[in-house]
Amino acid sequence: MSINWFKYSSPQTFYPLAGKLTPWFNWTAGILAVIGLYWGFFETPHILSEQKQYYRILFVHVPAAWMSMWLYLMMVGWAVVGLIFNTRLSFMMAAAIAPSGAIMTFLTLWTGAFWGQTSWGTWWDWDPRMTSELILLFLYVGYMALQSAIDDTRRADRASALLALVGAICIPIIYWSVNCPDPNECTALHQQSSMSAVEPNIRIAWLIMVVSFWMYAFAIAFMRVRNVILERERNASWVAEMTGNEK
Amino acid sequence: MSWSEFISMGGYGFYVWMSFGMTALLIAAEVAYVKHQRRNILKRLQRMAQMNTEVKQ
Repeated sequence: MSINWFKYSSPQTFYPLAGKLTPWFNWTAGILAVIGLYWGFFETPHILSEQKQYYRILFVHVPAAWMSMWLYLMMVGWAVVGLIFNTRLSFMMAAAIAPSGAIMTFLTLWTGAFWGQTSWGTWWDWDPRMTSELILLFLYVGYMALQSAIDDTRRADRASALLALVGAICIPIIYWSVNCPDPNECTALHQQSSMSAVEPNIRIAWLIMVVSFWMYAFAIAFMRVRNVILERERNASWVAEMTGNEK
Repeated sequence: MSWSEFISMGGYGFYVWMSFGMTALLIAAEVAYVKHQRRNILKRLQRMAQMNTEVKQ
């Protein structure tokens, strides 16, 4: 069986497809969030007793942190595809992902501050992981600012794609920022974490929340890319036909 | 677990609910904004389409 993938690389065919997929991703995200939150709050009281209840912050902090990095990789991926194949839709996808990535990064920092205050006694510290996550936020903001500063869409796409590509160095830094070669030399607040070492009920809630955030990311990216397509293809005849009919 | 126990989160209620609250707020705002943007674009495109047909007539 062969599928003509290039068919979907045209904005005209992708626009209705994205519209059809959006509600599915939205519903999956919503249902999983309900299950995940239920699990995190009501299936964990025996482990997260009185003094440990702040641990629940991690049920949003961890998914947001994962998404902040994954979305950046997705954005760079589409941007690179755009640079190589010069496909319009890939640049549109990159542009549609950026605001969601910025929001996830902000949420990571925000929830992280509340976590830090409860478990480490500080809202903020120049811990390697926090610092590199803050730089990631600046990269997202810089990408969007550069895109909106250049009037010519094609040039804006290429310039911001290059910025995103160079900034991708930030992702491995965030990821490995807890592996300190000599514990006496560094004072990283984030400790090495491993999913398998976590209590099963907490892990279940985590994983469900991570998948829920993934589904939401797909939904919102598809919703936003439809806006970007309409905006950029407004002079195309198919857009004129469609909006003329949609009254 | 009673309702007030649930809200207080063992004394960490402020931290827990500020984290969950901001997450819920931003996601709701993002969805609302993207939908609002879509309505605006469609309205503008329809106006453009109308103007084009009026010019032709």
